[in-house]
Amino acid sequence: MSLIEIKKLIKIYSDDGVDTRALDGVSLTINDGEFVAITGASGSGKSTLLQILGCLDRSTDGSYTFEGKEVSSYSDAELARIRNEKLGFVFQSFNLLPRLSVLDNVVLPLVYAGVSKKERVERAEAMIDLVGLADRRGYQASQLSGGQKQRVAIARALVNNPKVIFADEPTGNLDSKSGAVVLEFLQMLNDQGRTLVVVTHELYVAEAARRTVHIVDGRIDSDQPVAHRRIIAKDGFIK
Amino acid sequence: MNKSGQSHASVSDVLGMATGALLGNKIRSALTALGIIIGVAAIIIVMSIGNAAQALILQEVQSFGARNVFISPGRIQGNNPMSAAGAVLNQSLKQNDIDQLEDPNNVPDAVLVNPSVEGSVSATYGDQTVIETLLGSGAHVFDIYNLTIAQGSAFTKTDVDSYARAAVIGKNVAKDLFGANDPIGKKIAMKGQKFSVVGVFSSSNAAMIGIDDMIVVPYTSAQEYLLGGIHYFNEVVVQARTVEAVPGMVRDIQTTLRADHNITDPSKDDFTIQTQEDIMRSIDTVFVSLTAFLTLVAAISLLVGGVGVMNIMLVSVTERTREIGLRKALGATSGNILLQFLFEALLLSIGGGIIGIVGGLGVTALAVAVATKATGIVFPFVVSWMGIGLGVGVSAAIGLTFGVFPARNAAQKSPVEALRYE
Ligand SMILES: Nc1ncnc2c1ncn2[C@@H]1O[C@H](COP(=O)(O)OP(=O)(O)O)[C@@H](O)[C@H]1O
Ligand SMILES: [Mg+2]
Repeated sequence: MSLIEIKKLIKIYSDDGVDTRALDGVSLTINDGEFVAITGASGSGKSTLLQILGCLDRSTDGSYTFEGKEVSSYSDAELARIRNEKLGFVFQSFNLLPRLSVLDNVVLPLVYAGVSKKERVERAEAMIDLVGLADRRGYQASQLSGGQKQRVAIARALVNNPKVIFADEPTGNLDSKSGAVVLEFLQMLNDQGRTLVVVTHELYVAEAARRTVHIVDGRIDSDQPVAHRRIIAKDGFIK
Repeated sequence: MNKSGQSHASVSDVLGMATGALLGNKIRSALTALGIIIGVAAIIIVMSIGNAAQALILQEVQSFGARNVFISPGRIQGNNPMSAAGAVLNQSLKQNDIDQLEDPNNVPDAVLVNPSVEGSVSATYGDQTVIETLLGSGAHVFDIYNLTIAQGSAFTKTDVDSYARAAVIGKNVAKDLFGANDPIGKKIAMKGQKFSVVGVFSSSNAAMIGIDDMIVVPYTSAQEYLLGGIHYFNEVVVQARTVEAVPGMVRDIQTTLRADHNITDPSKDDFTIQTQEDIMRSIDTVFVSLTAFLTLVAAISLLVGGVGVMNIMLVSVTERTREIGLRKALGATSGNILLQFLFEALLLSIGGGIIGIVGGLGVTALAVAVATKATGIVFPFVVSWMGIGLGVGVSAAIGLTFGVFPARNAAQKSPVEALRYE
């Protein structure tokens, strides 16, 4: 059984009577442990696809099964539970709560999961340490640099031990050095067996993945393995 | 995952997130609370001070005797004290009425009868002249109104009977006419007559407002020398032996005066009797409308505070909507979100409400203390429970409406929609 399976997925945005067909019949299967880069020009529908895969939005038509179950059959509360337990997110604009501390940001998914106070603090601290911000636990999120913020976001995405991590342009707002650190983390997570789906419009980010799905105007244009995979830890990162 | 899809976040966790959000944005929290504080405090101050003034007046009226019955000439229409104006011109109460009322065969429960006349008069001492309120009264006036004499003494029944040219003056009159000199024994000129100052009143009390600016003389000499030889009275006070005796005494007075005035049809009465109860009722009426008006004013300030709260909450809707989107992306249910915002609104409303109550009562206590010090009258400190209820109720409603309603809208969006909100 594949982890993620979508068939003829369609997403139409209706804004003020204007319909935008952002996804126009996308079919795709992603298995456990993959590292998929979704590439394409700006406006091609990458983010839309990622949001639907991440259960952050619902499709207009087509089917999406996650772990063998049709997602459209879930209630909003059940979807919240799936996001909480199975999925982790990293956004281009970090999306931290700026007035909360690093620790409080990372702890958030565990609070909604109902993990006991003691355990969630331990787990969050372990993740913060993992991304190398042990000395910044008590800082307000707004006091961090962009690269640090994205590392906090990764810690937050990891803290629930999710099956899949979805990242939308995770290096888009970062300088090359911070971007390299973030990509290196993502590769490390995949090496440990975690499934990753990363949206990017930049080739060198895609080269860090194992498979690229290229989107043009809401349809899959090509879907192939990465021929010359760049191992960031070894090869470095050129922006 | 459990079947219902309920989030496992506990209520206390959500409460913790609410406090975290409030403390995380101290300025927004403080401004929001301030709107509530001002509204609640305003309504409590206005209503408590209104109640204090009312309680003071009623207490004073009570203290100068529920045993007193007031007879005025003419007939008051209905229960409206304002229509008594015309009665002042009526000359129906004469010396003979006083004599009849004093007769124990007619009004056995009366312990004293005190007639009085009023006017204004100019008084001169040396080169100082003042125009003041003149009260010509029987000698019981000092007891009835609980008037105390600071210097000298009151005039007596003998003075009244002998048309004595004796005057007891208010402290302002004394200051204006005599400055720092001792007024006792000095002669002041009124209508070409020399009146001897026998006493000076101590400061005013609420039962006889304006005593500081009055000249009080025996009614006999007032009628004869100062008001042009009139023979009628503006008011007669009759005091009953006990409060219980008042209703019977009122009937006796009616019978006596009707006989004296040859009236057979009670609807043609040319006098009006008011008891303490009637007066308290009309004071009550005045204060109820006054308090209602002041409450309206305070309600407007509460509303202004509410609009402030609303503004601050609406301004932060964008930021909060994104926050809601993120929380949902991380696994919060709409229920979690609503509970958090409900807690935030409640904490602000309750916190602001408590500070508003404490502040409002503090200002009231201060105002009462200042008023007591300034006037020498002991104002009671009355807590307006209705003001507290109203202030807290309205501020909680405002906080909940403007805190929870936008959150409810945001919580209904999909996480993506909320995250993209601008
Ligand atoms: N919420 C929305 N409402 C209306 N149109 C949208 C919305 N989100 C995306 N679109 C449109 O859908 C298309 C795909 O957008 P998106 O998935 O963000 O592309 P990408 O991430 O590849 O740049 C674009 O034309 C975009 O303008
Ligand atoms: Mg995008």
